[in-house]
Amino acid sequence: MIKFFLMVNKQGQTRLSKYYEHVEINKRTLLETEVIKSCLSRSSEQCSFIEYKDFKLIYRQYAALFIVVGVNDTENEMAIYEFIHNFVEVLDDYFSRVSELDIMFNLDKVHIILDEMVLNGCIVETNRARILAPLLILDKMSDS
Amino acid sequence: MSDIVEKTLTALPGLFLQSQSASGPAAAKASFSSRLGGLVRGITALTSKHEEEKLIQQELNNLKATVSAPNTTLKMMKECMVRLIYCEMLGYDASFGYIHAIKLAQQGNLLEKRVGYLAVSLFLHESHELLLLLVNTVVKDLQSTNLVEVCMALTIVSQIFPREMIPAVLPLIEDKLQHSKEIIRRKAVLALYKFYLIAPNQVQHIHIKFRKALCDRDVGVMAASLHIYLKMIKENSSAYKDLTGSFVTILKQVVGGKLPVDFNYHSVPAPWLQIQLLRILGLLGKDDQRTSELMYDVLDESLRRAELNHNVTYAILFECVHTVYSIYPKSELLEKAAKCIGKFVLSPKINLKYLGLKALTYVIQQDPTLALQHQMTIIECLDHPDPIIKREVLGEYSYLLGKETPEEVITKLYKLLTSDSISSETKAWIIAAVTKLTPQAHSSNIVERLIQEFTTSLDTCLRQHAFELKHLHENVKFMKGLLPVDKSCEDMVVDASLSFLDGFVAEELSQGAAPYKPHHQRQEEKLSQEKVLSFEPYGLSFSSSGFSGRQSPAGISLGSDISGNSTDTGLKETNSLKLEGIKKLWGKEGYLPKKESKTGDETEALPVPQENIIMENVDQIITKKDQSQVLTQSKQEKEKQLLASSLFVGLGSESTINLLGKADTLSHKFRRKSKVKETKSGQTTTAQNMTRSSFSSSSNVTYEEDYYLDNLQDRGDKEVKKFSLNSELLDSESLTELPLVEKISNCRLSTPSLFADNNMEVFHPPQSTAASLANEISLASSLLEETTEHMHSDLMEVCDNETISVSSYKIWKDECLLMVWSVFNKSASELKSANLEIAPAENFKITEQPGCCLPVIEAESTKNFQYSVQMEKPFTEGNLSGFINYQVMDTHSVQLEFSVNLSLLDFIRPLKISTEDFGKLWLSFANDVKQNVKMSESQAALPSTLKALQQELRLHVVDIIGNEGLLACQLLPSNPCLLHFRVHGDMLALWFRSSCSTLPDYLLYQCQKVMEGS
Repeated sequence: MIKFFLMVNKQGQTRLSKYYEHVEINKRTLLETEVIKSCLSRSSEQCSFIEYKDFKLIYRQYAALFIVVGVNDTENEMAIYEFIHNFVEVLDDYFSRVSELDIMFNLDKVHIILDEMVLNGCIVETNRARILAPLLILDKMSDS
Repeated sequence: MSDIVEKTLTALPGLFLQSQSASGPAAAKASFSSRLGGLVRGITALTSKHEEEKLIQQELNNLKATVSAPNTTLKMMKECMVRLIYCEMLGYDASFGYIHAIKLAQQGNLLEKRVGYLAVSLFLHESHELLLLLVNTVVKDLQSTNLVEVCMALTIVSQIFPREMIPAVLPLIEDKLQHSKEIIRRKAVLALYKFYLIAPNQVQHIHIKFRKALCDRDVGVMAASLHIYLKMIKENSSAYKDLTGSFVTILKQVVGGKLPVDFNYHSVPAPWLQIQLLRILGLLGKDDQRTSELMYDVLDESLRRAELNHNVTYAILFECVHTVYSIYPKSELLEKAAKCIGKFVLSPKINLKYLGLKALTYVIQQDPTLALQHQMTIIECLDHPDPIIKREVLGEYSYLLGKETPEEVITKLYKLLTSDSISSETKAWIIAAVTKLTPQAHSSNIVERLIQEFTTSLDTCLRQHAFELKHLHENVKFMKGLLPVDKSCEDMVVDASLSFLDGFVAEELSQGAAPYKPHHQRQEEKLSQEKVLSFEPYGLSFSSSGFSGRQSPAGISLGSDISGNSTDTGLKETNSLKLEGIKKLWGKEGYLPKKESKTGDETEALPVPQENIIMENVDQIITKKDQSQVLTQSKQEKEKQLLASSLFVGLGSESTINLLGKADTLSHKFRRKSKVKETKSGQTTTAQNMTRSSFSSSSNVTYEEDYYLDNLQDRGDKEVKKFSLNSELLDSESLTELPLVEKISNCRLSTPSLFADNNMEVFHPPQSTAASLANEISLASSLLEETTEHMHSDLMEVCDNETISVSSYKIWKDECLLMVWSVFNKSASELKSANLEIAPAENFKITEQPGCCLPVIEAESTKNFQYSVQMEKPFTEGNLSGFINYQVMDTHSVQLEFSVNLSLLDFIRPLKISTEDFGKLWLSFANDVKQNVKMSESQAALPSTLKALQQELRLHVVDIIGNEGLLACQLLPSNPCLLHFRVHGDMLALWFRSSCSTLPDYLLYQCQKVMEGS
């Protein structure tokens, strides 16, 4: 099960956070700081999975942006690792060339996309067309 | 930082323009919508925590005024919500806005409404009182005629919904299960899953409907229902054994490529769905031979199929191995799985190695001999820079014990210890492992030597471990009691309150030690002292978190956690404490190792209680620990597991999964009784469903067509083309980790070569400059004369300068690929010492044809260089590069480089065989792939399809029987691949078989491209 989904940049600034179990606001920032610290301390010869407290962190770096997913013991690390990439591909498709700025200026849309893909910590959709369909309709309707 | 800001600032004007034009003509609104832009700009420019605080406080004050102002429009409110989300994301309370989020969801219009719902899901938690105010809005939206609104309502229900209000929406959601749109049905199933999670008894009556969802004609709806089933089967697998056949059928269809192509991820069919199904099968087949037998075939196929070299197939393989080792064992499968893991373990890719080691723990539990072959790798991994890898490895070692005597293992470990190349951290791990093994060893020479050597070690950590071992070793009887081999630990009691330490704590306090402060309190104090802290370099607090967690080498040592942690927190008097602690706790009732490691955990929890930061509730922590304790107890029947769990907490948790199942079956025996009635009434429907599902499996065709139709509808006006191209661009593994922006531009740059991979260069005339074109054509025709019997590609210019132009083309000879490079001397003077060389390539064997080196190329003439290329190792795309150099006027020499793309298709040749031979070969091949492909209109007739396949892919048509066709080809030098196809309507059912595992997948991909009929 996915416990949280984070996008944090190298400076330690959170660009997106989504928790699938309730965590109090002040504890979130602490957790995020520690999580990004542990990701930054990794070298390229270390694997993309880290033990952290009760969970495993699975991370992937895109430019200066880290996407970190916290999962519990039942998850398949590699499946999550690829899921992150799938998510980025969806973003890339929607924003056609996604950058950190796209994510910042469209925080709501990124959340809407993520909500299509993960619910209650479960991966519920990975089909790119189906993930984007609801959002594209919303865009279309608010345009007209 | 600075480059980011720079990028931001340059990009901002454009972005503002965009948002302004989108927000309509009203100037006031436009300026308002840039408030978000202002916030974003402010955030990117932040340099310290202090600045952030100032910025956000100001922002929050503004927002507070705006949201409560009467003239704030819904559009502005939407903007405010996004800004509030930002503030909360950065850790600042924005609770004043919660009620407005609910209002926005209630009153807003589509996107505004969606953002309102989004804000609610981010702000509120399950038991928040405001959530009740949302119920009416949800009920209204569920009844809306606008599907978008229904979707939103279903999404929010599946994210967050007050348990007590479920009855208010349940009938509405049940209705949606019959909706004509897949997305509504799918989201309804997910909403029911949520209800099942928070109030399972409320959805008990709709279990039949779950089965209906499982048999839904849409893949998405079926996949959604699997979440419910995984959960239910985890809790009580025996009630769902009858569904095994259905799950197997579904997995077979997915693995066999029966799903619409857009469910593929990097040409792997629905990988996450496969993983989900494998998990379910693992739970169903556990300790159940009859059920397991049903799934052997499909597991075998999954192992065989997933050979594509992509991360996601490794994820599937890993899950598959896990399933194979969870269910009732079948030796043939176990061996195949073990072999598969071997590839992982030996992989240079560190992520795969990790996965392999993790999987190895499953293997060793079944049969240590299968893992022995990887011993060397395991030992090498012991000094891996990554602690997570080391942890897995030391766990392996204790399992290997089954076959080797403890002495042998200790000797090995000792050898490692004395090696200089090993870091002291690893050494500490090793001594801990030796300590575990010592009580079982008969001779203790090595152990004594080790103690002697390391009690004088300069490394405090090593010395401490060695002293522990020494003290324990002095009292062998005591040690054996402490580390029992075959004792069951069922009557273990854990003193969670750590009362045995009270005396010690009191003593220390009386001597002036500082009283204990919980972690968060310390953290707060630290923060209040220096507010800028979290943006400072990370050295300090990192080391403490790194070492207090499970990764710590101290964590695995015997009772050394106390000292380990105190070293971290800076206490000194630890050496004397350590053994006392052990005695006090373990002296009474015969020493159980779990107890000891338990104590370790609890002691750790003392200085660092934030272990479970995500669970703010202490009760939860305790129940969780209790559970895991119960599980560990029942698991510790085997000595190997016992050892492992005391060696490694993490490893123990891995095996806990298996145990979960066991413990569950026990507790559910009781529950099942009370459910008997319900199960009976359910059985009739089950039977119906079973017939239905078996029907759909026997007539795959209709089933698949349904998938297709649905999928086509759903796609709507989506640009399918764009998708496929884009995925193509992102496909390449080497590009995946590149920076986002750079990645795409890279792809753009290399677009021509990507097209080349699509073989456009092979089958279509390339774009060349008009001047040289005429020349080339004449060139090609002259060459054709000697090679007319072979197919060849068009001439393509690979490089040129003012003097020469080099073109190349491919001749697909029967036994090899002949590459011809034509060098045309454009200049009026002759070129001397012209020499063309091809760089050796990994996958090819390149042979120079006679007459290749030419002393002179006369003016305005052409010379050819020929190379025959053989493929040595199957690959999909390769690159052949080389250079040409020559001298002009005896003076300077010029060198030009070029490269040419080769694809596997270049090595495919027709295979001329008879129908009988086809039949024989067909049965002898193990690797196969099936897929339905839609034909474009122009190809809808059988003859044109055949022609396309024959021409584009060089397949030999063996026979045509009615609407079925047999084709054959071979991959040079001699790897046959057979294709059987059947036409019905505008669909083409393709079935490839080959002895080579990669060939069917590859050819299928090529066929699909041909069928798409560019």
